[in-house]
Amino acid sequence: MSRLLELEAVTAAYGPVQALFGVGLGVDEAEVVALMGRNGMGKTTTVRTICRMMPATGGRIVFAGVDLLRLPSHRAAQLGIGLVPEGRRTFAPLTVAENLAVAARPGAWDLGRVTALFPRLGERLGQTARTLSGGEQQMLAIARALMTNPRLLILDEATEGLAPSVRHEIWAAIRALKQQGLSILLIDKSLKEISAVADRAVILERGETVWSGAMADVTTQIADRHLGV
Amino acid sequence: MGRDAALNTAVFAALVAVAFGAHVYGAPYVVTLATKAAILALAGVGLNLALGYGGMVSFGHAVFFGIGGYVTGIFASHAAAGTPVTTFPFTIAGSAEMLGIWPMAMVVTALAAVVIGALSLRTTGVYFIMVTLAFAQMVYYFAISWRAYGGEDGLSFYVRNSFPGLNTFAPLQFFAISAVLLAMAMAFSALVTRSRFGLALQAARANRQRVMASGIRPFALQLTAFVLSAAIVGLAGALYADLNRFVSPAMLSWHMSGEIMVFVILGGVGRLAGPVAGAGVFILLEQLLGGVSEYWQALLGLLLLAIVLYAPGGILGLLARGMRRV
Repeated sequence: MSRLLELEAVTAAYGPVQALFGVGLGVDEAEVVALMGRNGMGKTTTVRTICRMMPATGGRIVFAGVDLLRLPSHRAAQLGIGLVPEGRRTFAPLTVAENLAVAARPGAWDLGRVTALFPRLGERLGQTARTLSGGEQQMLAIARALMTNPRLLILDEATEGLAPSVRHEIWAAIRALKQQGLSILLIDKSLKEISAVADRAVILERGETVWSGAMADVTTQIADRHLGV
Repeated sequence: MGRDAALNTAVFAALVAVAFGAHVYGAPYVVTLATKAAILALAGVGLNLALGYGGMVSFGHAVFFGIGGYVTGIFASHAAAGTPVTTFPFTIAGSAEMLGIWPMAMVVTALAAVVIGALSLRTTGVYFIMVTLAFAQMVYYFAISWRAYGGEDGLSFYVRNSFPGLNTFAPLQFFAISAVLLAMAMAFSALVTRSRFGLALQAARANRQRVMASGIRPFALQLTAFVLSAAIVGLAGALYADLNRFVSPAMLSWHMSGEIMVFVILGGVGRLAGPVAGAGVFILLEQLLGGVSEYWQALLGLLLLAIVLYAPGGILGLLARGMRRV
């Protein structure tokens, strides 16, 4: 299996406040990696740094053989990083179909395929995004990222704050994406659901990678020590 | 036809009806007022592309209006005097042909917009407003000191430029030219905003970073929209110069920038026929209240305040709401 994304000793700062102190992680082709850690440990900052939405102050980020460190964020997206940001951000004034059309890049994922994954979106193509329910907006955010035909999908808290039935639907979609061979970097709070889908896990603590290994090796002790509240 | 399309068509049709009605009843002055409304609406349609759909609050669009006007004035006055506009690096003769002047006005405005846009789009928010204003003021003061073309007094040309097959001095025929261009600009706007480019532009207004996360560079989008917007405003400026057969630095002033913005806000930001309704109401108020008091703009100010506070969708937003209720 070849390495798709590699972070080595990445540091980043919000102005004078350092947020990442040395994050290392790797995602292989067709692999699902869970990025874990308590609140405020740097998971979202790591994702934002990968997507070039905030600059890294040091370290190395290589995606598909390309050094990302100096690229603007739209180039990272063009290279094949599809981000579903925290808080399901859609383009509120545009319709579902328009949201998807804006993001579309040539490839296997098209309108037909994303609406097959999320049939509910197919029923609401003409509706503006702001009139969708929270779960539907989350589906739209995932579908929009898929329309860019990413090689790596990054899901930042994709099921947060959703009703259990909707969560269930989204996890089913994530499992389907894994089966189709998509590489995924996943942030979520539900250890149970993550365990069912992730191959490997990386745990952050205070902006630093403190543990990484196979998902199956995340024992109760490790979870209690690094993830418990 | 959708509700919005019906409303847009109705607003445009109302303007045309006023002009034809006035012509039939022998009121050429009113036809000329309708022409003025159509031309100012054209400028508004141009600004709307940047402001309404692109979210770029340009407080310097008069610069494009004025440049379009000056290109017309300069070409027309040289044509009348029989002298070339320039002999370096190659000779460019004057022209009194609208079909020759319009593309020239649009190209010059577009070039100015590339420069102004590229520099001001590095900023956002209040800084963008200030930078666009600063550019417009720069050109305004340049025009004031440009003696060759009248400086502060402006530049008159006595013969309205010609259009093949039409008598541009006949008020209704000049109105027809302006109205057709307005309709074309509206159709163009509708096409652009529905294209993937236009959708991405609106998405970038909603959230710049998310657009970048989809692999799109907002700067290129916004600059393109800014230039298209400026070219339309430049065309309006060319027509406005022809309407008055006069250009002056006033066309470049920040009052003018503000007025074009008022058409858009009064009519409805980001609505296709918004500037048409806005310019129409503006001219109507100017005529009705201007005779009563020279302070009529104070009332316009109140109206604008009411619209912004209670009907952010502008006149068209109100009409659309009314239609939904019916």
